[in-house]
Amino acid sequence: MDLGPYLLFASLEGLVHAAVLSLIALGLSLVFGVMRIVNVAHGEFFMLGAILAWWVSSFVLGNPALGFLLALLVAPIIAGIIAMFSDWLILKHLKYDPEATIIATIGILYIIQQAALMTFGPDARPVEQPFNVRLDLYWFGFSAYKFFVIFASIILLLSVWLVMAKTKFGLLLRATQLDSETAQAFGIPISTVYSLVFGAGAAIAAVGAVLIVPIQQAHYLMGGEPLLLAFIVVIIGGLGSLRGTVAAAVLIGMSDGIISVFFSPTLAKILATLLVVFVLLIRPNGLFGTAKV
Amino acid sequence: MKKNFKNNITRRKLMKGVAAAGSIAAMPGFVRYSQAASSSPIKIGFQVHRTGIGAAYGRWYDRTTQAAVKILNDAGGVNGRPIEIVAEDDGTDPKRGAEALEKFANQHNCDVAFGTLFSHVVIGSAPRAGELKLPYFVVSEGHHVASGMLNRYTLQPGITDVKSQVQAMAPFVKENVGKKVTMIYPDFAFGHDHRDYFSAAFEAQGGEIVGKVPIPPTESSFSKYFPKIPRDTEVIYHVMVGPAVLTFVKELGEFYGSKSPKLFGFIDSLEAVDLNTPGLEFLDGSYFWEGNPRYAQANQTEHDKFYRNAVGVDANGASVSDPKDVSTYAHMFGCWETLHIIKKGMEESGYAGPGDRAKLIEAVESMSNMPLSQAHPQGAKIFNGKTHQTFGHQYITKMTNGKLVLAHTTSIEDTFYPDEVDYTKQSF
Amino acid sequence: MRKDLILHFGALAILLFLELLGVFSDYHQGNFARILVLAAYGIGYNVLFGYTGLLSLGHALFFSAGLYASGLSIYHLDYNVGQSLILAICFSAFFSLVIGYLALRTVGVSFMIVTLMFSQVGYLCILYFGGITRGDEGIVIQQSSRVFLSLDLSDPTIRYYAALIIFSLCLIFNLWIAKSSFGRVLIAIRENSDRALMLGYNVHLYKLFAVIISGTISGLAGACYGILFGYVGASFAAVPYSIFPLLWVLIGGVGTVLGPLVGAIFMFYLIDYASDITDAYMIIVGITLLVVTLYARRGLLGELRYRYFKWIP
Repeated sequence: MDLGPYLLFASLEGLVHAAVLSLIALGLSLVFGVMRIVNVAHGEFFMLGAILAWWVSSFVLGNPALGFLLALLVAPIIAGIIAMFSDWLILKHLKYDPEATIIATIGILYIIQQAALMTFGPDARPVEQPFNVRLDLYWFGFSAYKFFVIFASIILLLSVWLVMAKTKFGLLLRATQLDSETAQAFGIPISTVYSLVFGAGAAIAAVGAVLIVPIQQAHYLMGGEPLLLAFIVVIIGGLGSLRGTVAAAVLIGMSDGIISVFFSPTLAKILATLLVVFVLLIRPNGLFGTAKV
Repeated sequence: MKKNFKNNITRRKLMKGVAAAGSIAAMPGFVRYSQAASSSPIKIGFQVHRTGIGAAYGRWYDRTTQAAVKILNDAGGVNGRPIEIVAEDDGTDPKRGAEALEKFANQHNCDVAFGTLFSHVVIGSAPRAGELKLPYFVVSEGHHVASGMLNRYTLQPGITDVKSQVQAMAPFVKENVGKKVTMIYPDFAFGHDHRDYFSAAFEAQGGEIVGKVPIPPTESSFSKYFPKIPRDTEVIYHVMVGPAVLTFVKELGEFYGSKSPKLFGFIDSLEAVDLNTPGLEFLDGSYFWEGNPRYAQANQTEHDKFYRNAVGVDANGASVSDPKDVSTYAHMFGCWETLHIIKKGMEESGYAGPGDRAKLIEAVESMSNMPLSQAHPQGAKIFNGKTHQTFGHQYITKMTNGKLVLAHTTSIEDTFYPDEVDYTKQSF
Repeated sequence: MRKDLILHFGALAILLFLELLGVFSDYHQGNFARILVLAAYGIGYNVLFGYTGLLSLGHALFFSAGLYASGLSIYHLDYNVGQSLILAICFSAFFSLVIGYLALRTVGVSFMIVTLMFSQVGYLCILYFGGITRGDEGIVIQQSSRVFLSLDLSDPTIRYYAALIIFSLCLIFNLWIAKSSFGRVLIAIRENSDRALMLGYNVHLYKLFAVIISGTISGLAGACYGILFGYVGASFAAVPYSIFPLLWVLIGGVGTVLGPLVGAIFMFYLIDYASDITDAYMIIVGITLLVVTLYARRGLLGELRYRYFKWIP
């Protein structure tokens, strides 16, 4: 393929990648920002979203778009409820101590992953695309659905931004993020806010999964890679910054697409991971921006 | 020093004997062990991909194995002894594979071990089989057995290896598909066998390999690899494994649409995948290698009919109970045939227990012609005792109206290559 | 001083006599050989986590550094076991110096993430340089290469003794550290690093030494694992192998010398037992992690020490 179309293709692929990645990373960043904890099980909520999408859509016969829409509604809700339940059952009792929380979320990671294996089996599960249209771009073809993924992600990101900036709930979140003790003193029900945020973080990742699953397939081991990429995005983009997260997701998504196409995808991952290491080394408190550790 | 170590062993055994005289003899495990009579079952350790990226193969290897064991046991088992399968998940991970073999040998006292497909698991496990002196019958189609890389305890009598397969494909591809080939293959031992042996065989035919695209076996999206396919490619030769094969093929179709170079694929790219999945229409007219044709063909033998029925596979290669549950038909016959070979080897060698393992291997090594029969439903085979590898017919099918229709059957001779090892010269 | 020597040498003696008396079946003998080497890895991890208070999520990097240094040198350069072990020790020491120097610029959660990321880079590099490492498939070290002082290390009995020796060396070293003034500074850093700094200790340097000791012991354990069991593969560099030592230490007792052994025995058999029941046996790892974090933060020996035996090091 010639260089021009080659770059066009890599950019389109990169954009799809970036769109989903920014959703996953946004969920992680939200939890990171408001609760000041690292949720290592985040990738498993993504996986849950994907497998639930398959499960839900397999009940709906007829037009695949119906099953997809139902999945888009149901899968994030279930994933969110499971997350809130694990917050209530476990994280609350650890008083969100950063190190204990990391260890506990590693535990949650294995439990969700293995429970998915027990319940849904080890096979990769396909979900039919809601519409199966191939756009012929002369040098190569591109699925129209992939454009839809980009579009839907942008809508979702905008709505999260609206919620954060314009609603009362968003105000509570921002207040808690800024200073949880003062927020509590002003009567904000911190523990409810934490539960909701943890659930919302998982639900946003699950939405990303429902969007991607008609392109890829649902598989119980699929949570690992998006987790690492989301870490990378959140750390490079800076914490709690929606714009930073999206910018970093586009950077990582595009460069992954381009480096993958020109060199090797493994090399792309190595470079992205090293980039994070150096961001953290240069800004040792990079995780928490300017706030206290 | 060497002497020292022998003394040590004897003392250990001795101590064991002393202890056994005491309380340990009362433990149930010991009682059963000492009663190993002629009616006790033959235990076959079955290393299976229950989890990990090989799970679809594992499920069907398991079903085929259970079906074969039922047929064999109904017919009287091995010398009147029933076969018992001890299954152990290897997680499609070489490290766990090796540990599974240890369990077979030391915990379950299995007579032999058998199983698994993914080449990295076989390569990781086989040395342990050699150390445990446990005959290890693999159904992996990798060339690692016949290449001499493994050991005398590892045999592959039930399925042909990649080197045979691709060598037999090369003339057909050049004559009927095209002369400039780009290969897409998984980036580990199995894929490297494809890369090395197909390109050698194809170039020997006067063809040209214009591109090689390796893909990590854990990859989940593939579009980004397709721009690496050179424009002057006439044929895309694809072979992919893992849970994401459907994504791979779909994205290939999306990328090229109707303007695709011709396609020649190993059915591995679509094992356990329903060919009528939306998005796969572009495959119509493309050719596939199949170890054993998934769809019942016009010239179906009575043996294939019997085997298909016993395993519970319909004429479209899917489970009779769930038409969406498509089998790994091109590979799983290897389990059936291998179990029949183990039975025959045990009967011919008068196998009585683990002490006769070497005799069993010698008996299998002395096998040669395996005619088409109920025991060999895929077709006749010729086993090479020196290289521990079997050779047999290969099938090329063409996707026609959503079904794979037989286009060409290679001869067994097409798959021959000079011996690279003589395992019979190795000691036990 | 007496009591702790009796406890630890007594434990080693029991491990020796279990073998001498032939108590192990072949299967358990093999398992215990594995457990001992893994427990040595746990000891390495514990030096950093238990004694110095630095939680690394990337120790598989050091384990696999030793594993690959010895494995690749045997496979490609025909090193013998002794040479490859020396190389593995030197390489892991140097490697932990570099990684430690970089990672210690961060603290707390950042340290955990940085170690996790480094380890991920290591894992990916093993796959990326598949031409040398043979990637996913890994390397098999032939029986003929696994001979030390003309002892065949693949023989189950010799392998057990070799594993026991390695473990004993690491345990005694750990005991010595715990008793030494160096170890006491590490504990002081764990308890309150600001105070240690104010008392005039070069906290950063001590932490760096802790990383080097921890990484080198982990690397040694990795090298021995490859040599004794004959397989060097990428799965040892993946995330679960960073989680396991954390788990052993958490269960057995954070900052106790025998804790890693207790935890490794417990987890090995728990997983072994669970894998007979379900394919999803890794769920056990998840549940244990949660139970330990919620209800037993000190681990078994840590709890015993806290309640009854103050002298356990």
